[in-house]
Amino acid sequence: MSVRLINISKEFSDPEREGGKVRAVRDFNLEIAEGEFVTLLGPSGCGKTTTLRIIAGFETPTKGEVWINGKNVNNDPPNKRDTSMVFQSYAIFPHMSVEQNVGFGLELKGRPKAEISREVRQIMEVMGIADLAHRRPDQLSGGQQQRVALARSIINKPSVLLFDEPLSNLDAKLREQMRVEIRRIQQTFKITSVYVTHDQVEAMTVSDRVVVMDKGCMMQVGTPFEIYSRPSNRFVADFIGKVNLLPVRFEREDSGRYLAQDARGMRFEAMSAVPGLEPDQEALFMLRPESIYVESEESASSSGPLRMILAHGIIDKAVYLGSTVEYEIDVSLDRPMLAVSHDPVNAGFWRPGDAVVLKYSPRAAHLLPFMNP
Amino acid sequence: MQVSGFRASTNLKRLARDPVLLAVILLVTASLAIFILYPLVEVAATSLDVGGGRLGLGVYSEVAESAYIRKALYNSLFMSTLTAIVGTIIGFIFAFAVVRAKVPLARFFNTMAVIPIVSPPFIGALAIIMLFGNNGLISWNLLKIQNFPIYGFNGLFIAQVVTFFPVSYLTLKGVLESMNPILEDAALDLGGTRWKVFKKVTLPLAIPGIASSVLLLFVETLADFGNPLILAGSRFPMLSVQAYLQIVGMYDLPKGAAISILLLVPSLIAFYLQRWLVGKRKYTTVTGKPQQSTTQIVSPGARAALFVACLIIALLVAMIYFSIVVGAFAKVWGYDHRPTLDHFKFVFGVGFKAVRDTLIIAGTATPFAGLLGMVIAYLVMRVKFPGRRFVESVSMLSFAVPGTVIGIGYILAFNHPPLVLTGTLTILLLNFVFRYIPVGIESGKAILSSIDPSIEEAAINLGADARKTFTKVTLPMILPAFFSGLVFAFVRGMTAVSAAIFLVSSRWNLMTVHIMAQVESGNLGAAAAYSLLLVLIVVAAISLIRFTLKTQYAKFGGSMLHF
Repeated sequence: MSVRLINISKEFSDPEREGGKVRAVRDFNLEIAEGEFVTLLGPSGCGKTTTLRIIAGFETPTKGEVWINGKNVNNDPPNKRDTSMVFQSYAIFPHMSVEQNVGFGLELKGRPKAEISREVRQIMEVMGIADLAHRRPDQLSGGQQQRVALARSIINKPSVLLFDEPLSNLDAKLREQMRVEIRRIQQTFKITSVYVTHDQVEAMTVSDRVVVMDKGCMMQVGTPFEIYSRPSNRFVADFIGKVNLLPVRFEREDSGRYLAQDARGMRFEAMSAVPGLEPDQEALFMLRPESIYVESEESASSSGPLRMILAHGIIDKAVYLGSTVEYEIDVSLDRPMLAVSHDPVNAGFWRPGDAVVLKYSPRAAHLLPFMNP
Repeated sequence: MQVSGFRASTNLKRLARDPVLLAVILLVTASLAIFILYPLVEVAATSLDVGGGRLGLGVYSEVAESAYIRKALYNSLFMSTLTAIVGTIIGFIFAFAVVRAKVPLARFFNTMAVIPIVSPPFIGALAIIMLFGNNGLISWNLLKIQNFPIYGFNGLFIAQVVTFFPVSYLTLKGVLESMNPILEDAALDLGGTRWKVFKKVTLPLAIPGIASSVLLLFVETLADFGNPLILAGSRFPMLSVQAYLQIVGMYDLPKGAAISILLLVPSLIAFYLQRWLVGKRKYTTVTGKPQQSTTQIVSPGARAALFVACLIIALLVAMIYFSIVVGAFAKVWGYDHRPTLDHFKFVFGVGFKAVRDTLIIAGTATPFAGLLGMVIAYLVMRVKFPGRRFVESVSMLSFAVPGTVIGIGYILAFNHPPLVLTGTLTILLLNFVFRYIPVGIESGKAILSSIDPSIEEAAINLGADARKTFTKVTLPMILPAFFSGLVFAFVRGMTAVSAAIFLVSSRWNLMTVHIMAQVESGNLGAAAAYSLLLVLIVVAAISLIRFTLKTQYAKFGGSMLHF
């Protein structure tokens, strides 16, 4: 294991809060394998940055242990830990050139000048910033600063690379580009990485595994597929992407099919469920908008095991986005259903007021407990 | 922030792994305790000494019974309050005229308001004697009045206002500059008249700054020593002078110490009130980046009035410096105004030792004060260690404590073992270093709070220990603040008198103390020549540092020396 966090808790004193304390992280356990890319994802204030800073050594956990490469590093200051961090603000030293910034870590280690300049040149070529060597930080664009910060961290060949919301200061297009770039670099050097973000798309693009956090607690850890398509609780389902959650009662499992029924007696089928659901337990039937098919009323009779009927309804809103159309459909529940259809030019699209039938495939459906843990 | 036992111990554990940092912290803490706190404790202890090693309030009841000292206390408090209020009004008029009303000659007004800050604090008193004294240019030569009532309240009040209004001007200039003019535009846009906008928007926003300026001026005026020594006279006793006379004149240490405590208490109250106000003010400065305003919030009539008011004050300041310059070259001030170099022959001849001593002392103490200030600012802002609050509050203490009190504390504390330093160069250096570190600390703190802490974290993260982080990353970034701290420490060192007057000896003397002696013996020409030379040295030093910064650190861009 490259990084192990055992029972980490962190309390900050905050005289304005009741009890004078804020628990930023609670009983956090995580093991990260060599070369793995793990993302901590959650809303602001969920403790993800604190957790990252505990790994780096900038915060001391109130309780628990931090292990890096099989060694307990609780009492090691940040400069003695084999971690390198890419900061949200990049933290490029304003009084050094790009080259000096990138080479600073090696300079601190007392490496010979020739070796430093060779390695700096090498890493800058990999990062595509070789021509910026003599620039001053204030002459760099946001994307360039980002690359310099990354190069400065990677050149030290750290055991763990830490990212603190590194893309939040970039514009949308550049962010997309850098996501791919960061993943490529990480794969090239096979560096164990911990990445903090509140952007779920970013988390899903770069990570092997995602840790979803809320109020200092770990809500779920899993691959991007698991987090998005098989969330283990309501918070994760809600936080990541848009979702339809129907309150239902779980009935039984029948050879890989999980059957449920809502208050009106409507029956639903899912091919996945959070383990441990008991028969007759209150549950949520989950479908992502893109897994709902919006069809004409006439097609209601042609449903089968691959396309089951979810509900009948009236289109309330239709937002045309070019590649997709987003619908809100009134199905006489307290919340409208959300659906997304693709390729609207070929598929055609509905207008507000149209009567439609909504269908789904049980493969995309998922059952989860009604209450959060 | 409360530090739990657990955190304190892990912090200690961390520190133990960084021995250089630990050593620096211990050294700084110990030296602050010895050279700032210990002398004050000695003053308090001496004032409670009723003889025979017993403690009691005997000296205080003696002081309280003396009508003369009661009068001094009253005079000091009254004078400080009045100067603080009037000085702040003038400072506000100047700042408002320069920043907001954009009056003509704004640059000239700015210069006239800054010059007194780089001058010895008693130059106003000296000039007033030259203009209105027994042989005064205006009182005697022009008006033929002998014994013009300039000694006592009148002269002292004018001298102190002229000496201290610039402090208020600089404070309020910063306040007005940080105020977003868009707010005033918005108020005008909502239909307010100019006067209403000023009353309802500008003034309320400036109120915390104004209050802070009043308190600051109160502290400075109360501590002022040079002006009262020259101008107060015996019929208008002032506390700082009385404390000095008790010690130097009557050699009554307990009484001098007790008067010092009387002086210290109101100073500390006003100082901490001011700090509290400044701390609270933070929210008003969070108004985003300053924006350009094209509207005029001052009517032409108001601008004209502001201009005239500034002109009158500026001319008064100009007259003061004019009389110093003329006095330095006039044969016998008041009688024979033919030009001569006699006074400068004296200064560069018999009196040159004081010039040399002053340069050595200020020149040696300045870099130490600057460096120590930066180190303390860094420790306080960026390092977590037990005792951080102690270091922060003690180092700021020397801002609040009147020089007279510090001077008395030094002679009480370092006149007996374990540290016998009186009469040496060391005691003067130590006094200067520890008295002027707060300026460096303040500018260091200001610039550190504007530097993203993640820049230092990045260095630590890359493997730098505390020393490397400070020398390779923090220090280069705070150099501008370091240098303006240096300039200020040097100016203060060159012009200081209140504490130093207790510490000089025949071996080590200071120009300021020499000037006071010349004034007292009626040798106004020599005093003026000394003063002129002093101001010129200070201006030259400031220009030199500015020039060096411009050429050496041009890559940091534009205006780095805020002075």
